[in-house]
Amino acid sequence: MSEHSPVLLMVCPVFAAVFCVLFGMRNKAVCLPLVLLGLGGSLYFAVDVFYQVQASSSKAISYYLAGWNGTDFPRGVGIEYRVDLLNSLVLMLIPAVGLLAALFSREFVPRETPGKEPQYYTLFLLLLTGLMGMTVTGDAFNLYVLLEVSSLTGYALIAMGSPRAAVSAFQYVILGTIGATFYLLGVGYLYIKTGSLNMSGIHHAIVAHGLMESPAIYVAFILIFAGIWVKLAFFPVFNWLPNAYSQAPTSTGCVVAPLMTKVSVYIMVRVMITLFGADYVYGSLDWSGPIVWVSVIAILSGSVLAFAQKDLRRMLTYLIVAEVGYMVGGAWLLVPGGMARGELLSQTATGMVGTTYHIISDAAMTLCLFMAAGAMIRKAGSSRISSMYGLFSKSPVTMVCFVVGALSMIGVPPTCGFFSKWYLVSGAFAAGRWEFAIALLISSLMNAVLFFRVIEHAFFMNPDDKGEENIAPAFSENPSSMLVPLVLAAASLFAIGLFNKEIAGYLEQFLFYAQFGSYG
Amino acid sequence: MEVTIQHIASLKPLFVFLAPLAGLLGIVLLRKHPNAREGATFVAAISQCAVVYSMLPDVLAGNYPGHIFWEILPGVNIQLRVDPMGMVFAMVASTLWILTTLYAIGYMRGAHEHAQTRFFAFFAISITATMGVAFAANLFTMYLFYEMLSLATFPLVTHHQDKEARGGGRTYLTYLLGTSVGFALPAIIYIYWKTGGTVDFMSTEVLNWHIGKTEGGFLLLLLVFGFAKGGLMPFHSWLPGAMVAPTPVSALLHAVAVVKVGVFCILRVYTGVFDQELLHSLDTGLIVTYVAAFTVLVSSLIALSQDNLKRRLAFSTIGQLGYITVGASLLASGAIKGIDAPQAMIGSILHIAMHACGKITLFFCAGAIYVGAHKKYISELDGIGRRMPFTMTAFMIGAFSVIGLPPTGGVISKWFLIQGALEAKYTFVMAILLVSSFLNIIYLLPIAIRAFFIPQNEGAFHGRASEAPWQCVVPLCITALMSVLLFFFSGPLLELATDATQFLKPR
Repeated sequence: MSEHSPVLLMVCPVFAAVFCVLFGMRNKAVCLPLVLLGLGGSLYFAVDVFYQVQASSSKAISYYLAGWNGTDFPRGVGIEYRVDLLNSLVLMLIPAVGLLAALFSREFVPRETPGKEPQYYTLFLLLLTGLMGMTVTGDAFNLYVLLEVSSLTGYALIAMGSPRAAVSAFQYVILGTIGATFYLLGVGYLYIKTGSLNMSGIHHAIVAHGLMESPAIYVAFILIFAGIWVKLAFFPVFNWLPNAYSQAPTSTGCVVAPLMTKVSVYIMVRVMITLFGADYVYGSLDWSGPIVWVSVIAILSGSVLAFAQKDLRRMLTYLIVAEVGYMVGGAWLLVPGGMARGELLSQTATGMVGTTYHIISDAAMTLCLFMAAGAMIRKAGSSRISSMYGLFSKSPVTMVCFVVGALSMIGVPPTCGFFSKWYLVSGAFAAGRWEFAIALLISSLMNAVLFFRVIEHAFFMNPDDKGEENIAPAFSENPSSMLVPLVLAAASLFAIGLFNKEIAGYLEQFLFYAQFGSYG
Repeated sequence: MEVTIQHIASLKPLFVFLAPLAGLLGIVLLRKHPNAREGATFVAAISQCAVVYSMLPDVLAGNYPGHIFWEILPGVNIQLRVDPMGMVFAMVASTLWILTTLYAIGYMRGAHEHAQTRFFAFFAISITATMGVAFAANLFTMYLFYEMLSLATFPLVTHHQDKEARGGGRTYLTYLLGTSVGFALPAIIYIYWKTGGTVDFMSTEVLNWHIGKTEGGFLLLLLVFGFAKGGLMPFHSWLPGAMVAPTPVSALLHAVAVVKVGVFCILRVYTGVFDQELLHSLDTGLIVTYVAAFTVLVSSLIALSQDNLKRRLAFSTIGQLGYITVGASLLASGAIKGIDAPQAMIGSILHIAMHACGKITLFFCAGAIYVGAHKKYISELDGIGRRMPFTMTAFMIGAFSVIGLPPTGGVISKWFLIQGALEAKYTFVMAILLVSSFLNIIYLLPIAIRAFFIPQNEGAFHGRASEAPWQCVVPLCITALMSVLLFFFSGPLLELATDATQFLKPR
């Protein structure tokens, strides 16, 4: 409705954050309603933006901040917010996940960070603002600024966790900063060569000035991707992630784990498609061979390391590493020259569709699993998997949601995880990358073993198989403030799965309008 | 007889599919009142069975009722369609569900099992999934319900929640999920990708256009071994492992629903995925025949050495499933090219029904012996026939049917299978089927003979062995009777099986 929606969706949480500090100090009870209000506003404007994008003829809308009109000199220095079919979906995803995580946090924040509720919720809102900003912006430098906003708040939110969290957060700060610096350096190279900071501006300049073969652009590409991959926890720099995410406060884990890596994957896709362009990434510079192999290693090492974990949350964090491998690999599965042979976009770019679809489905299932794990740990009194026995009798709703999340992670139809794998495996077949298809299937099987280990502990009554008596623990379910967001997240896994055709349709349309397959 | 096939939109398949789910609701709501809870299962089972049989005239006339749920992927619907083959399976499963429910009440209460609500609830979900597989109109829908069945039966297999159940459950899921995700799923995705989204069982020719001989051979092996519920060696160990479940589960699920879903999927692969023309050109068709024949023979030999009654029956089941797979695999034989209704295939479809009635009787008896006399091992059963005359007589009849002796249904399906082997010019298959039947006699009949003719050991039963509760004995007598009746009234089944093979001839 409003032409200002792209910026209003960020303004809402920023103001909510300010009010959170101002009023929350006096009365802690106002914090959570403010968070919900701010994120609700974001979600409202994100949905509005989504419909605007649908309605526009080019399937993309631009919003120039401060009235900069995009043609002034120097060209391309000025912030443009640009929303197309891909980030309109991610923009709805972020506040939706934030809302559920905020609802879920009510039980945890006063307990895990007593007395710091206003600070906690302020950082929480700023983190989500940063993530939405990274998604909405069409400017490479502005992206860096917002990346730092989300990272700095993320460091603080993680450091508020267990006593060891401070060390992990410090490790994360070091690596995160190195990653961000690499990224900034790469953007600097690009600015010098093209004179633009606008993503599509940079791409146009690369094409117009014939810079495809330029070594400077090549170096910029390497720097930017090194930066993004560190932020992504892509193999081999992934060790910071399990430490940081598993020691963070429960409610931080529920928002950081689903969103941080997924938004970073979105950034990777954005940089590939809009900034460098498919013609550069797959054409002049074809790295698809080694990158898919590294993804295979990432998938397998994440799964294997998850096996070694005795702690439920740590196990889940290693699975994120594997999932990142899915998404990075999928993005590089384009069938070279497929369009030239007259194949449809849906056939040549299935891997990219799988990656982008998995951004959404993995965010939903990670949210579901982290919330379920938080709820299970609360009931079991310990995060060790071996302490989970009897939880099915104690809190059946929580466990059913965990099972749904687990099934999605394993890839059982009709949950969304199955369809992610479906698209990614089809993409691997189409590109002839059998190793990637096999790695995905192995990871599915390993997930099955991993999750059934947990489910088995929860289903059986005795921790040590001794004795014949199976005395079920008394029923004591988690409070509804936790169950409502958890059940909603679990239900969303089915919804995203059943509507996979529609979502994949949007994503194909996005690739079509981004002229993804047009090079040949 | 030439049948013109018509597809009619109907809500009946949907009803059949939803009846157990409605029953599930009743089971959960009435959990505090065991009698009313079991009443809900009966209402669901009987109404489901009635609707299944009401579709029989339509299906025989060539009108296949169907229902489309949802277009899940471009060109792929979650879709149900009742065709003759699905009809045979659905009739068997829905009829036996009613009897198993009655039996389960007697068994679960007689053996004082815990968590009975959970038991009946997951039983209903399993039946839903079974019906979904029976009526699935395409490969995707079939896979969906196949996986649903694997997961829904896990709480049933591990019902006792002790160490043994844990081990059995692990083996169960490892084999079933491992094969379906590792083999069947990539094959399905590959077929979907190659054919551009055509996975319907009625359009098999599309696959023929798109793939070559080598790919086809691999796909056949991936699919046949991927549906490991069919018990083909070397992926058969889950079945003996699953015998830790309470006997009603072993009876319905591991003699009828789950294992038959496995072979049913394999039959679908042979009839609904591969064109007959493509099938004849494959090199790997023979591999399946050999593996299945090997399974038949070896499992019969293993069964001989088992003392645990349920384990012996489990290995017997693996062998009988092998018969069904052998029958289907003969379709790949060049000798039956152009033959209208291959007898081996008819035999395979009939064997689904015949073996189901015979084997469920045997499992019911095993459970009744456990409830009535607390015996699990064959060596303890000397002379038990005098204490449990009904049970052991039924056991005898069930054994006759599994062996394939008249006057029981088993003889008809074996007749067709052996005829089919000759028709396909695979004499060694015929030889193996006959040898295996002989082994069946050796491992099944002595149980009944010892029960009746060897005097019981002094004090072996502590005076407490008698017939199990009537809820256990009545169903097993009925299934034994059904095995006999199927010998005399096999007409409709035979007609359905023939119809199912009608459209197999090369176009």
